[in-house]
Amino acid sequence: MKKIPKPRKIRSQIVVPTTSPKKWYGQGVPGVELERLTGKLFVVEGADGSGRSTQIVRLVEWLERSGHATVQVGLKRSTLVSEELEQAQQGNILSRITLSLFYATDFGDQLENVILPALKAGFVVLADRYIYTLMARDMVRGMDEAWLKNIYGLALVPDAVFYLQTSPENLVQRTFCKTHALDFWESGMDLGLSRDMFDSFLKYQSLMAAQFQRLQSSYGFRIVDGNQSVEGIYGELQRDIQEVMKGG
Amino acid sequence: MKTFSELGFPGRLIAVEGLDGSGKSTQIHLLKRWLELEGVKVFFSEWNSSALVKSATSKGKKRELLTPTTFSLIHATDFADRYERQLVPLLRAGYIVLCDRYFFTAFARDVVRGCPPKWVRGIYNFAALPDMTFFFKAKLEVSLQRILEGRPQLKYFEAGMDLHLSADPYESFRIFQGRIIEQYLAMSTEFNFVVIDANERVEVQQQIVRQLVQNRIDLAHYLHQPSVEQKAK
Repeated sequence: MKKIPKPRKIRSQIVVPTTSPKKWYGQGVPGVELERLTGKLFVVEGADGSGRSTQIVRLVEWLERSGHATVQVGLKRSTLVSEELEQAQQGNILSRITLSLFYATDFGDQLENVILPALKAGFVVLADRYIYTLMARDMVRGMDEAWLKNIYGLALVPDAVFYLQTSPENLVQRTFCKTHALDFWESGMDLGLSRDMFDSFLKYQSLMAAQFQRLQSSYGFRIVDGNQSVEGIYGELQRDIQEVMKGG
Repeated sequence: MKTFSELGFPGRLIAVEGLDGSGKSTQIHLLKRWLELEGVKVFFSEWNSSALVKSATSKGKKRELLTPTTFSLIHATDFADRYERQLVPLLRAGYIVLCDRYFFTAFARDVVRGCPPKWVRGIYNFAALPDMTFFFKAKLEVSLQRILEGRPQLKYFEAGMDLHLSADPYESFRIFQGRIIEQYLAMSTEFNFVVIDANERVEVQQQIVRQLVQNRIDLAHYLHQPSVEQKAK
């Protein structure tokens, strides 16, 4: 007897997300009506090698399959200053406050020209890092927390922030799997922690983790164990995002 | 907030503020020429002039990409670049630094563009106050005329067109500059501006400026020292 394959069930039911009130961290962007931002903003934070980008690719696929229009943003991707910022970083020619403000400009441009319009159009925005990485980097370099909080008071409070907490040892291994080289900035080489890049990377990532701990208390991240498998992390993110979309 | 002298810097910073067309740039140029020809260690820095940031600013302006928030942030970036790399090191080395516009320009313009005043001021709180700030107060009409005579076409941001005050660039410029002057006047007492009547003749104004600088700053302390070799001769 010929076996007839059971047809795969194709689901077409789309869940319309609940709209939740949005707010700014501080003063916000002038002239924006928060009630009109009907989309959702999710942020994935974590060091390079924590699996952020992998997770975002999968989340986008899942969200689109589920019928949600999706937009991605990330650091250093603005039309306005990304080229100049890259140039400055390559040459290591800007001092601390300048670089910090340059990043803030990059963020502001994407916030106003991508994030807010997308949210207004009811999109789901996935941010591959947000203000927290920018703040943590500067705080590791001794900059004033109150100054940073004022600047990033322009940011919108996301619907959820996931912090992929990964041990520095795991980060090294994963980075080597991918590129076989450590990045100058991700190793904090500008700080002079060690001349040895490997040591510097481990020290710098521990310092960053400590700053994220500090920020956690005021910004309330959902901490996800980044040492798990890709599947494990994905499962957690998917579950939480689903919950938030339903208004849970 | 403290001035450079209150913070113990050996150098002194003098800033000029005022509307476009108030003649402030002419005045600071003459001040600079006088000081350098008298052998004073002097350095001049202009608003929105840092090379790297400028490329982004002009791109943003050309394509009208800038919003009040990014307009504010990119100018702060420019200021920080000059501040950290030039102004502070030179002030540490005992220079007289002359600035054509300082953070008051941002305090006035960005607030007129709708940025929260507290936010703008917070961004610049890494910078010290000038030791002297001259504010060139001209009649709005006079400033407008000077600007309009010089250039037939007003630039988009210069005219404040991004604020949609009027579809006519000239009318928009008028309203925009009027609001900026209000902001300047509101800051005048708070920041101890030395107000100069910019309707006076160039020479009259320059005389007052030089006199006040000389009264406030002991210029003899800021002369170039003959180098060791020159002394030996």
